[in-house]
Parts: sequence; structure tokens; C-alpha cells
Amino acid sequence: MKFKDIIGGISRSESVKDVYISLFSILLALIIGAFLIFLIGSSPLQAFTVMFDGAFGSVSNIANTLTKTIPLIFTGLAVAVAFRCGLFNIGAEGQLYLGAFFSVLTALKFSFLPAFILLPVAILGGIISGMIWGGIPGFLKAQFGTHEVVVTVMMNYIGINITSYLVNYPFKAEGWVAQTDIIPTAAILPKLIPKTQLSAGLIVAVIAALAVYFLLWKTDIGYEIRAVGENPTTAESGGINIKKNISLAMAISGGLAALAGVTQSLGVYERFIDGFSPGYGFTGIAVAVLGRNHPLGVILTALLFGALETGALKMDRVTEISNDLVIVIQGLVILFVAAPEIIRSILKRRESQ
Amino acid sequence: MEIFNVLNFDLIPLTLRLAVPIALAAIGGTLSERSGIINIGLEGMMLTGAFGAVYGSFLTGSPWFGVIFACLAGLIIGSIHAVLTIKYKANQVVTGVGINILAMGFTTTMIKVIWGKEGMSGEVNNLSDVSIPILKEIPLIDWLFTDQSPLTYFMLIVVILSWYILFKTNIGLNLRAIGDHPRAARISGINVTKYRYTCVMLSGLLAGLGGAFLSLVQNSLFVQNMTAGRGYMALAANIFGGWNPLGSFVASLIFSFAQAIRFNMIGYNIPDQFIQSLPYILTLAVLVGAGRKTRAPEALGEIDE
Repeated sequence: MKFKDIIGGISRSESVKDVYISLFSILLALIIGAFLIFLIGSSPLQAFTVMFDGAFGSVSNIANTLTKTIPLIFTGLAVAVAFRCGLFNIGAEGQLYLGAFFSVLTALKFSFLPAFILLPVAILGGIISGMIWGGIPGFLKAQFGTHEVVVTVMMNYIGINITSYLVNYPFKAEGWVAQTDIIPTAAILPKLIPKTQLSAGLIVAVIAALAVYFLLWKTDIGYEIRAVGENPTTAESGGINIKKNISLAMAISGGLAALAGVTQSLGVYERFIDGFSPGYGFTGIAVAVLGRNHPLGVILTALLFGALETGALKMDRVTEISNDLVIVIQGLVILFVAAPEIIRSILKRRESQ
Repeated sequence: MEIFNVLNFDLIPLTLRLAVPIALAAIGGTLSERSGIINIGLEGMMLTGAFGAVYGSFLTGSPWFGVIFACLAGLIIGSIHAVLTIKYKANQVVTGVGINILAMGFTTTMIKVIWGKEGMSGEVNNLSDVSIPILKEIPLIDWLFTDQSPLTYFMLIVVILSWYILFKTNIGLNLRAIGDHPRAARISGINVTKYRYTCVMLSGLLAGLGGAFLSLVQNSLFVQNMTAGRGYMALAANIFGGWNPLGSFVASLIFSFAQAIRFNMIGYNIPDQFIQSLPYILTLAVLVGAGRKTRAPEALGEIDE
């Protein structure tokens, strides 16, 4: 397979430039992060060394990094698919909560099923709920022209509140904590490395990335979705049904986002816990933007962010720097990638010197 | 009658109080979006303002310096959004999301740097309420002049002033023209860029002040992520209110009423989650139902040339 094919049919020079912009954005954000660490009065070198060690220093650290990577791959893919159709899905957070809850509920209610069917059925239950929750904003956009950004923002709060209600009242387990009962063993995603939290969710994530690549660049459905994203007017005159593709892209996006919650619940917590996500849906936006809305870019960026977050936990313990510094770096990366002109002007200045 | 236990007179002052931060940020959103720049970053701008307010009060001991710090913090983060979206033509939604994430990370990191604590700052001097002599004796509206925050009056002034400017002056006429037809506005000699910078920076300032109300009036400290979605609620209020300051204010009152009655609902069997969702469900209903009547500025989100 040629490089051009891997990056999905975009012209080679364009995508190489895109990769440069992403790499430079990371570099700039890290430099500013280092400067902040310096201002706080610590050693940036020591902080980054500790972070690297925390992310990759041992088998269990690597397992932790990969565990954090899984939900980010899913939310990154979710945002990327919507982006490819010209849509902005800020609703991944709400979608992943619904996915998480309904996969757990399915696992609990269908526990009579044979063991080997239960897990796929539970995953499917989660995906369907996410597809519905993501499909609604798509449908509203297609039918009434309601802006998907606003609708998905609203639906985040509604979705999180719905699952919070369900786990606080009808499906609350005995005890003080707002969580469901533990799911049957057959519905738990098997562990890849024993005594760590790393589950087979990683394999599901990689399969999902391959599936998204195949869907977008190797099928007619994907061709239509991308055509709508690139130029709706041309797509329509070419006979493509815009309304159908908008609803479909958002539903697929919602299903992918749901998997972030599904793999957390079935792979890590083994139940649904109220308010479990630290904002995977929002970080997913950063992952998609930095990964250039390409499955390969999404996997690499998710890995980077997973490593940063895992490493930051150790930095928080060892140094006086808060692990939230990583969120600053993520925010900066988004801003730089959002404004590629900044990077271009820096690169241009360097060339002219 | 049970209903009288839920709806009593105390709700009115409480509703107004809870509406202040949302209304300030919502009008900020109205200004920014009327100039054609989408502002999803209100949440982060509010959070930065809340942090700046506490830091200013902590440094100087004076809550009024806190308010000034909040304004400055809002202006700074507002100008980041302005420069990226106007000068560098960055995607406005992505930039807004980036600002929210940056603000969240930065404020939480700085809590640990400044106060050496996790998740919340130390206590600082807060902004006290005022009562206005004579006016506070007038029956029926006495509550409006008794134990109110100065920022509440400021918010009311902002509502009226921004409405007046937007719909009764040439400046407002120009601004509305920019939001709908930026190219035509430019050709007719309006300095579109200047209007945009001013509006986006003002939206940061107003959201920052809203944040100051949360940290220095409703509290006397900064808590990690203390805006808890109020910036998004302000965005919703701006849309619900039809990109009109008066509408934004009324929408903020409706949303804060939903928050206020929660305090009286304790003991009834309505789960909190439903009441919390109410503002968002209302906004969705308005968007879908009356979507064609309340319309966004036509060129919202498009930077030409």
C-alpha cells in the first residue's frame, strides 16, 4: 500500500504539510508547557523525564498508558467521522455516557444469555444507544437545519443527567455510591495483561479505526459522507442525498463515541459509575483535530495524550507540578492546530532567514 | 396547598441572583456572535474570570481589585479567541473548545502553584452586598434594593445599555450588518475587523465578570471547574433569546428560575437531574420549534477574505 493510500487519497504534499503542522503544534505546546514549569520554579527536564518514566517506564506503566488511550481512540474517531461529513460533534461526552450505561444495563438484564453471546450483545446495546443519541442531532440538522454544535452541547447535559438519574434511582446498587451492580463475568472484556486495567478494549479500538478507514475510503457510503463534507452543493448536484448522509454520519459518530463508554464500563469498572468520564468526549475533539481526522492520526494522537495523562499522574506525585498541566498542553495544541496560519507564518519566517 | 411551598416570594430575588453570571456571559455571547464570531469559549472565559477575581482579591485583599482582575483576565482570554479567529482565521468552534480546555487546565494548575492545594483556593475577601437607602423602603420592589450585589446592578445596566446600542444606535446597526452581510458592511466602509475585535474582547470581559460573581459573590474562593457548564448555559440563553440582550436576559431568568426552585423542591419526589436538564430541554424545544423565527446572524462563523 502506498503512503498516499494510507492517508486517504489526499494529495501527498498537502497531507505532509498537515502532518508538519500537527508535529509543530505539539512541539510549540510542549515548549510553552516547559516554560510554564520553569516559571512555577521547577525543572522542565526533570518534569518531562518523570512523565516519560510514568508513561513508559515499566510494563504496568505502559499498560496504564494504553488503557487511557482506548477511550480517546473512540471519541477521536467519533469526532473525525462527523468532521469528514462537515459536522461538529461536541456531543461525544453525552453519547459515551449513554453507551456506557446501556451496555451495562444490557449485560445485567440479559445475563441469562450464553456466555459467548452476552459480551457482543452488551457492546451492541451500548452502540445502539449512542447511535440514537448521536443520530438525533444529525436528524434535527437534516430536517430543521438546527445547528448540530448547539444541539450536541445541550444533549451532553441531558444525556449525562439521564444516566445520572438512572444510576441514582432505578438501577442503583446497594450502598452509598451511585453505581450499578457489577456485571456478570461473561460480559467483562478480558484483560490483555493480567493484574493491570488493560483490556481487550484496545483490540476493539484498533478494529474500529480500521473499520472507519475502510468505511470512509473504500465504500460508497464513505465516499458520499466525505463528498457532503467537502462540498455539499456539488455533492447534491451529483445526486447524493445530503440529509440522509448527515443523519448517518452523526449516528455512526455517536456509536463510536458510545464505545468509549462501553469499553470503560465493561473493561475497567465492570459496572456503570455516575460521572465516570473526566471529559473523554472533549479530549476526543483535540485528538481528532490533531490527528487530522484520519484513523491513523487519531490512534497516534490518542497514544500521545494517553501517555501525557499517565505520565502526568507520576509527575503530580513526584514533583510539585499538578497533573492538570497536561490539560494546558492539550488546550494549547488544539489552539495551534485550529490556527495553522500561526505555524505557517513561523515556518515561513524561518525559511526566509 | 403544596404548590405554595414550592413557589414563594423568596424565589424572585434568588432567581435574579442566580441569573447574574449567566446573563453577563450570555450578553457577551450575543455581542461576539452578532459580529459573526461563534463563541463556544464562554465557559472557559467565565472560569478564567472567576479565577482572576479570587487571585486579585488574594493579592490585594480588596475584592474590587478582584473584579478588575476578572475583567483583565476575561479581556486577555477574549483577545486570544479574537486573534486566533480573526487574524489567523482559525476554526471558531475548535478554538472555543481549545479555550475551554486551556482555561480548565490553567486554573487548576495555578491553584496548586498559588495556594498549594488540590481543587480549591484559600478563602479570600468577597464582594459584599449593598442596600440602597430610601429605595429599599418602597413596598413590592424593596427586595431589588436590599442586600443586592453591585454586580447585579451592573448586569442590569449592561442588559439595557447593550440592547440600546444594538438596536437604537448606528454602532448597533453596523454590528448587525456585519453579522448578516460582512462583505457588504466592509464595502460600505465599516471597519469590520475593529468591530469584531471589540466585540469578542468584550464578550471575554463580560463572561469574566460573570465568573467573578460566582467566585466573589456567591462564594469567597475559587473551586476547580466552578462554572460547571454555566458558560454553555449562557450560550444557550443567547440563542434562546434570539441574539438579543433583552432576550438573553429573559432566557437567563428562565434558566436560573429552574435552578432556584431546586432549593424548594427538596423533599418532593422530583429528581434533581430532571430539573437540571430543564434549561437544555427548553432550549432544544425552542431551537426546533421556533427555529425559523429566531434566526442566527446570517454569516455567523464565516470569516470572509
